[in-house]
Amino acid sequence: MTESRQPRHAAEPDPAETPATPAETPATPATPGNETPATQTQDAADAELQAADAATATSLDTAGGAMRPSAVPVSGQSGTVPGGPDSLMRKIFTGSGMVSVLAVLLALILGGLLIASTDKAVSTSAGYLFARPSDFFSAVWSAATRSYVALFQGAVFNPRGSGAAGQFAPLMETLTIATPLITAGLGVALAFRAGLFNIGAQGQIIMSGILAAWVGFALHLPVGLHLLLVLVAGVVGGALWAGLVGFLKARTGAHEVILTIMFNYIALYFLRYLLNTPAFQRPGETNPISPILDPNAVYPQILGSQYRLHLGFLLAIAATVFVWWVLNRSTIGFEFRAVGANPKAALTAGINVPRATILVMAIAGALAGMSGVAQVAGTEKVLTDGVAATYGFDAITVALLGRSTPWGTFAAGLLFGAFRAGAVQMQIQTGTPIDIVLVVQSLIVLFIAAPPLVRAVFGLNPRKKKATTSKKAATTGAAA
Amino acid sequence: MKLELKGITKRFGSLVANDHIDVVVEPGQIHCLLGENGAGKSTLMNVLYGLYEPTEGEILIDDKPVSFRGPGDAMAAGIGMVHQHFMLVPVFTVAENVALGAETTKAGGFLNLDDTRRKIKEISDRYGFDVDPDALIEDLPVGVQQRVEIIKALVRDAKVLILDEPTAVLTPQDTDELLDIMRQLKSHGTSIVFISHKLREVKAVSDTITVIRRGKVVGTASPEASTTELASMMVGRAVSLTLDKAPATPQETTFEVKDLTVIAPSGQHVVDGISFDIARGEILAVAGVQGNGQTELTEAILGLQDRVHGSILLDGEELLGRSVKDVLKAGVGFVPEDRSVDGLIGTFSIAENLILDRYDQEPFAKGISMSPAKVLENAKTRIDEFDVRTPSGSLAAGTLSGGNQQKVVMARELSRPLRLFIASQPTRGVDVGSIEFLHKRIVAERDHGTPVMIVSTELDEVIELADRIAVLYKGRLVGIVPAGTGRDVLGLMMAGLPPEDANPDTKTPAAAAAAPAPAAQPAQETSSGAVGEHHD
Amino acid sequence: MSTTATSPQPGQPQPAPSETPTAAGQRTAVTAKPVTWKVPVTLGVLGVVAFIFFGLMGPHQTAKFGISTGSDFFQLPALEVNAFIGGIVLSVLMLALAAYSVVLKTRDRKAPGWVPVLFIVLFVAAFLIWVVGGARTTNISLAGLIAGSVTLAVPLVFGSLSGVLCERVGVVNIAIEGQLLGGAFTAAIIATLTHNPFLGLLAAAVAGALVSMVLALFSIKYVVNQIIVGVVLNVLVSGVTGFLFSTVMQADKDKFNSPAHLDPITIPILGDIPLIGPILFKQSLIGYLMYIAVIVVWVGLFKTKWGLRVRAVGEHPQAADTMGIKVNATRFWNVTLGGAIAGIGGSFFTLVAIDSFTKEISGGRGFIALAALIFGRWNPIGAFFAALLFGFADNLQSIVTIIGTPVPSQFMAMLPYLVTVLAVAGLVGRSRPPAASGIPYVKG
Repeated sequence: MTESRQPRHAAEPDPAETPATPAETPATPATPGNETPATQTQDAADAELQAADAATATSLDTAGGAMRPSAVPVSGQSGTVPGGPDSLMRKIFTGSGMVSVLAVLLALILGGLLIASTDKAVSTSAGYLFARPSDFFSAVWSAATRSYVALFQGAVFNPRGSGAAGQFAPLMETLTIATPLITAGLGVALAFRAGLFNIGAQGQIIMSGILAAWVGFALHLPVGLHLLLVLVAGVVGGALWAGLVGFLKARTGAHEVILTIMFNYIALYFLRYLLNTPAFQRPGETNPISPILDPNAVYPQILGSQYRLHLGFLLAIAATVFVWWVLNRSTIGFEFRAVGANPKAALTAGINVPRATILVMAIAGALAGMSGVAQVAGTEKVLTDGVAATYGFDAITVALLGRSTPWGTFAAGLLFGAFRAGAVQMQIQTGTPIDIVLVVQSLIVLFIAAPPLVRAVFGLNPRKKKATTSKKAATTGAAA
Repeated sequence: MKLELKGITKRFGSLVANDHIDVVVEPGQIHCLLGENGAGKSTLMNVLYGLYEPTEGEILIDDKPVSFRGPGDAMAAGIGMVHQHFMLVPVFTVAENVALGAETTKAGGFLNLDDTRRKIKEISDRYGFDVDPDALIEDLPVGVQQRVEIIKALVRDAKVLILDEPTAVLTPQDTDELLDIMRQLKSHGTSIVFISHKLREVKAVSDTITVIRRGKVVGTASPEASTTELASMMVGRAVSLTLDKAPATPQETTFEVKDLTVIAPSGQHVVDGISFDIARGEILAVAGVQGNGQTELTEAILGLQDRVHGSILLDGEELLGRSVKDVLKAGVGFVPEDRSVDGLIGTFSIAENLILDRYDQEPFAKGISMSPAKVLENAKTRIDEFDVRTPSGSLAAGTLSGGNQQKVVMARELSRPLRLFIASQPTRGVDVGSIEFLHKRIVAERDHGTPVMIVSTELDEVIELADRIAVLYKGRLVGIVPAGTGRDVLGLMMAGLPPEDANPDTKTPAAAAAAPAPAAQPAQETSSGAVGEHHD
Repeated sequence: MSTTATSPQPGQPQPAPSETPTAAGQRTAVTAKPVTWKVPVTLGVLGVVAFIFFGLMGPHQTAKFGISTGSDFFQLPALEVNAFIGGIVLSVLMLALAAYSVVLKTRDRKAPGWVPVLFIVLFVAAFLIWVVGGARTTNISLAGLIAGSVTLAVPLVFGSLSGVLCERVGVVNIAIEGQLLGGAFTAAIIATLTHNPFLGLLAAAVAGALVSMVLALFSIKYVVNQIIVGVVLNVLVSGVTGFLFSTVMQADKDKFNSPAHLDPITIPILGDIPLIGPILFKQSLIGYLMYIAVIVVWVGLFKTKWGLRVRAVGEHPQAADTMGIKVNATRFWNVTLGGAIAGIGGSFFTLVAIDSFTKEISGGRGFIALAALIFGRWNPIGAFFAALLFGFADNLQSIVTIIGTPVPSQFMAMLPYLVTVLAVAGLVGRSRPPAASGIPYVKG
């Protein structure tokens, strides 16, 4: 696991040989124009589909470096412009956007089944399933929907709330919880784009939390300056912690996945150690908890004191804009993407790959650091060993769901924030444990990563041929 | 064993790699499949070897149809294959590699490698291979590895042996030995399917030649056919045999390499005390078999190697010790040997690839802010100028054919003022049309007054482009000879003989033994044979 | 594994007649890799550190290590060491080893494998004496310490064996944590429902295998990045077990979460040998299975036809494919087998170590197992010893809290992770994973 490599192909299909042919055809004077138009639309749609899959694979497959789209024909065809309503419809139903929606749907369905499976009414009605199946199914339906309705009410809109302010309180809570998810997710996503698998957001949040909290409770500074210093301390803490991983990776070739996992634990035990020292432990406390941060050191609540929503959310939006700009409009982003897609070519083109590795990790850590600040200076206002909760790990799924694009990550952060916020309400109202959110979240990411599976489940495989080949693969995979 | 391929068609999506191909391999024959890169030879053989399933058509052995669900079936039917890229596990021993897939075991599934060792020894003795069954593959030279591949097939009682471009990695002398081995195998009754695009070898050893072009059989030929005839069958039109190139008018010498030594991580001196210079308006071609230090030499100049001693002077300035970026900025244009690995980012757009080493310079960037509009504008110009066949510059570069990808790399490197141009394997895996274009651009750059260094393992390309030829062997410079030097002399130099010894008039006994008859043909004719066909 | 190119094969493939040099190919790796300064320097630095901290600055109390327990078959006296003298002696020995490797380096020879191993043992011993000598209670039971370490190492060993099997066949298994957790949960619930711990054990293996099958399905069939699948699977298993724990197990603990246990089986006489007895002959069924599994996996991988194929698939899948080996099927079934092994390891939590299942009972040990397999260089035996070392650190962590040493227990807990960082950063010698590990095999 030390170096990223290209996927291997069986039988050496001569990268220069087979895929080259179709595009070369027009290059020779003998053949005029393109291929026969009869097959064109069909193939174009097919190719586009595969291109979409390939794109998914590429955006997700970051640790192994760029995934060269594996299907041979893609290279020959994806240049052609599709036409006709048929292919447009197919694109909508099989394109990556639709797959994302269906993946979420499928995950919710499976989550619902899990909820129903432990529901009393369901198990009772299952006892006489064959006598009155309708009872059973309505029990399943009501168990799942009851939970999801509670989830929605806890996450977006609660009709029983007092006034508009109360009714939209859940939405504000969603945004609050989404804040650290978004920034940490951006950190993971940015590193992904540079081909680095940053599992270390958790540790980066912790280190940033430690520094930010210390500045927040140990120093006493004027309004504005204090908060600024807290923010800087947290961001620097995350950046250094992640930058160290980048440094080790760049210098020794150690795999960042292993490094970041180990760094998470090191950070956690370091935090636990600190919380037992006089410098960090609240005087008079036996529990590992820090003093409360100075009032000057915390984020102001941007919509008044009835909501927990704080300045950190606006900073998360700013961070999203920043990451978008870095990736798409800046030279360092160009370097990051180049290193991520093909480090050897980047090296040959004069890009300083070790520097880019360290820099991208540092920025990723800084973004995760913003989550740490949002925690200690925004929602918690103290430092405990649960400062990072599971935000660092959730950030990975957020980035994956957002396909490592800045706005995708933002949206995914909101969605998962909603799940988290709603789950609390759901647990109170229906007794469905919060853990269901983990299930749904991970299922979403799994399904999104495997579009053919989602399409197969919903019967959207565009062509018989594709269906049979995948079926064949399934049987060989399972039976051989 | 008689082997017949009947109406074999293989499609990948809408791409037809093989189109109703018929081939009959008679027992005890060496049957050559001749064709350009991308003609579909390897696909056909992978179908035969059970790696691909044919879309249509059938395979007959001794007139009985067979179907292969995988290489296992093909091997069981007596078909063996030596792949162009060896299928050997580097960290395994020879015996383990030979045993793999056909292991003999003791009770309980325990390996019995002694049995394998015995078989290896048997075959080695029969054909005069000197292979140690307990050597690790990664420690063996390529020539020996190839023998291990042949042993693998023979241990499995292959009656038909497929050799896929087996000479691509060999010196001319090694090649001749391989041809001998092939004749020997034939005399033992093994049929051989020999895939190649090198006419000299094909003519030397084949009994029958089938020519494939763009996935179709375009005809059969006898080995007596002239090279020109075979070449035009292979390419599909009369081939212009030589590049229309004016003689060089070298000016002052601006590029100098002195006592350059590159030390690999293994501690080996992969480039060992090399000195040479290149004048403006001159092409120096570096010849040699793959892996003799060429890669490291070019990488050292670009600043990609860590442990380098000596001196690299461009216009009197020392390049050694500079970063890649600084070397590029000093006016060095660099075309790496493997464009898909080092030269291009497949998932980036063509436009982005066209500025891959200038992304942070005006007009594409101001400070750290980039201008996508400028990048696209540049792409339009370059695409037109270099005739890159693509509907749009915003498509991913990975979608282009090999030839067009190489044009993108070349366009990028030639689109800025250069003080040195280095191109490694400039036309590897590129179709004939693009080769001519690329060669013309290289010569144009020379005529523009730039010192040009070409590294090629294809002797034909070296002969075609060079004004002077430097030959590398095991990291050392064997010698620098003028453009007109004969193929046989170059071939011997590539095997490490200094030019004075390699000269045919003063042949050493060893050289005489190794110099094969076909190589004695006029250089001009053979050169034309494999025109522009540079394989990886 | 840093210098695999040890047996140089001079390239003389020809019989006599043609004298022309033929070894024309790739850099003929005739020269072995040069000996680096890494090992001597690392040993030297650590030796000096040990000399200063464990020796010169070491405590002066006498550390007492109990070796025999009351039930032992014969009694051995407790080992008493003056911490200061012990620290000096051991660190001098370490420095001697470092010097030896320096001497070897100057003669361009590599230090043999036993040097760093012995060094680690000495270092650990010196550390232990230092810790105990500086504690409030300077008396600990060495027998208990070691036996406890083995106990804590059991799930780690199973987990790292799972990792070895998966990576050797070319699939990175980040989901060890999930497999342990899934095994622990399933074992608990089945052993409770059936009142039969053996069925619980079996069910744990099945659960681990199922987690692995998902990993295999997504990474092999859908070519999803293996690390992504692994990470996500850990979350999924954590979510599912957490959910079912809250809804089912907590509702009725007696009915669903009181697993029947696997008691230690003492082999008569042997089990009462001091020190060794409890480790080797006083184990639960799972403990014995651990030793068997390590040996079987090692023998299987390196001595059998199956192992040859597995390793070929993990090193060079195309080569295996062209030799008629079904690459993806081999991968699928090996990953599944790995999952089953990890599942058994997970059952140790609920069938032996702890009386019932709790949320996140595996507590990140899957990641330590991952670390152990890397530290053990993808070798079952190496992974076993690495897991023991980590188990030892884990055990020491709780002991130092009890006896009250100046070393914060959190730093002990950090140790496995720090060691792994050093290992992957190549400071302890670069390890080489199977070449195709993590790379999907896409045919055609």
